[in-house]
Amino acid sequence: MDFLTWGRNPWQQQILTHVSWNLLWASLFAGIVFLVAHASYMVLSAHRKRTAAETDAMEAARTDLPDRIPRHSLAARMFHWVMAASMFTLLFTAFLPVVGIQFAWVTWHWMAGLVLTAAILFHIVHATFWMDFWSIWVGPSDIPEFKAEILRELGHEVAGPKPGKYPLGNRLYHLAIVFAGLTAVGTGVFMMSRVRTPFFTRDPYLFSDITWGFTYVMHGLAGVSLVGLVIAHVYFAVRPDKWWITKSMLLGWVTRRQYLQYHDPHRWVVGSKPGERARRA
Amino acid sequence: MAVIHDVMPAFELFQPTSVDDALALLDRYRSEAWVMAGGLDSFDWLKDRIKRPKVVVDLSQVKQLRGVRAAGDGLEIGATTTLTEVVSHPLVREKYGILMEAAEAAASPQIRNQGTIGGNVSQDTRCWYYRSGWTCYRAGGNICYADTPTAVNREHAIFGADRCVAVNPSDSAPALIALDAKMVVRSSRGELVMDAEDYFIGPGTDITRMTVLQPGSLLTAIRLPATWAGAQFYFEKVRDRQVWDFPLVNVASAIVFSGDRIERARLAVNGVAAHPMRLRKVEDAVRGKPRNEATANLAGELAIEGAQPLQHNGYKIPLMRNLVKRAIRGGDGTWTS
Repeated sequence: MDFLTWGRNPWQQQILTHVSWNLLWASLFAGIVFLVAHASYMVLSAHRKRTAAETDAMEAARTDLPDRIPRHSLAARMFHWVMAASMFTLLFTAFLPVVGIQFAWVTWHWMAGLVLTAAILFHIVHATFWMDFWSIWVGPSDIPEFKAEILRELGHEVAGPKPGKYPLGNRLYHLAIVFAGLTAVGTGVFMMSRVRTPFFTRDPYLFSDITWGFTYVMHGLAGVSLVGLVIAHVYFAVRPDKWWITKSMLLGWVTRRQYLQYHDPHRWVVGSKPGERARRA
Repeated sequence: MAVIHDVMPAFELFQPTSVDDALALLDRYRSEAWVMAGGLDSFDWLKDRIKRPKVVVDLSQVKQLRGVRAAGDGLEIGATTTLTEVVSHPLVREKYGILMEAAEAAASPQIRNQGTIGGNVSQDTRCWYYRSGWTCYRAGGNICYADTPTAVNREHAIFGADRCVAVNPSDSAPALIALDAKMVVRSSRGELVMDAEDYFIGPGTDITRMTVLQPGSLLTAIRLPATWAGAQFYFEKVRDRQVWDFPLVNVASAIVFSGDRIERARLAVNGVAAHPMRLRKVEDAVRGKPRNEATANLAGELAIEGAQPLQHNGYKIPLMRNLVKRAIRGGDGTWTS
């Protein structure tokens, strides 16, 4: 199986041109295998969850909390859904022609790419100044949580930390999306100089052939990676046991019970008034 | 730069004698197969060693694909009918003079004796960067060498450039669009009949192809309906060398008059985009108008709306405008038929 495609420039130099579309099928396959494996595991696993009695007790002890705990602001939700729409447009316009559904895709693709770029820039500013910036990132301090989650997956009762505002899987996924998304967007913006748009004067010689080849390959790798990542994301979004998270991305809040059941109130501290900013303990 | 070699790379040659056999071969070898009709475009590619198919399917022995026959009120032309046979066929000359003119304008007599109508409409672009074997967009790469600040792009597109700026070089294609011809495409999945204008695709749809033909599919016939038979036709081709050349721009029109007014018209131009362009706006604008200078001027101006010249092909804009004017007004008072 080829991973990359090569060509020759007028100087008879061998140059990289694209990733092989075999990688699209590999990414699709990986996404579906993950989906099936995870679904099977969840059916068979002994995942340790808080019992209803435990949650009842916690809820009784925290009557100071509002019924609805704000989880995502309107701006954050709008960013998420704009990003989702642009991401789907990008993936469909990029890969439907590859699988044989032919249409004039380029203009739709770069337009969706610009929407995604604008959404990401907005998100960076919004997350930096108006959100709890570090709550979504993963670092060495998350190792205890990682260990505790693994043990819980194996059916053990452990006293280790539960997730803060975002579960560990959520944060790891965000990290992967940041890498793949920024690579796709960063390379895509430069690739726009090779097509006709109202924004740039075309300059196909902006980079050398070798640099362009590397740019196209990185864009392609990010694109095929996003196929697998999006499959995984949609899978989790529609799983019944994760539906409360998806619902919170629609409505902006979780119930007090969900907050206590799935989160560590010490790591995601919520005030008594709705809208009060959560802080990571 | 490609060099023409005396010896082509080896391939397996098949010469089926029926369409079904040809389709079975194309289905079996898919993208490894090269379809050859007259061989004129094919041998360029093969001798330049740029296309290296594993298998060549030569259609010359498939008699079903050859000949002009009456079909209902119109005509059916087999895909491997030579351009000379098209030009000399009495029914083509009598009812579809524009096709005769267009086919006769293609290449030289020797080439028309060998070249087929199917090959003429399905031939690849003449962009010399692409045909030199460099890995441009159309060849699967990530650059158009013809659309750079230093490119030699005198023959390239002024419309529909979508990364690639190559143009379709067919002379018969605009005539077929003006005649509302139907293209019959067969594959192992069945038969598809489509309008001629839909047979051609631009780079936005698939940058590596100029027609809808995919591996495994075959153009088997072209049907000419009676709708435009006997209309007033106009065909003109402008080329660098009158004796034998591809078009810089060509135009074809079919017009039916009601009194001195245009009842309906169909126009198409080629050489300005990656696919022959039907000029619907012009057709709508001239309907019901008298055939005069004002209508011709209106048509010419409408035709070039949205044109975007490259570094060296700005001349194509006034050329196209004037050809469309003449296609409405008649050039020097003359019509094809």
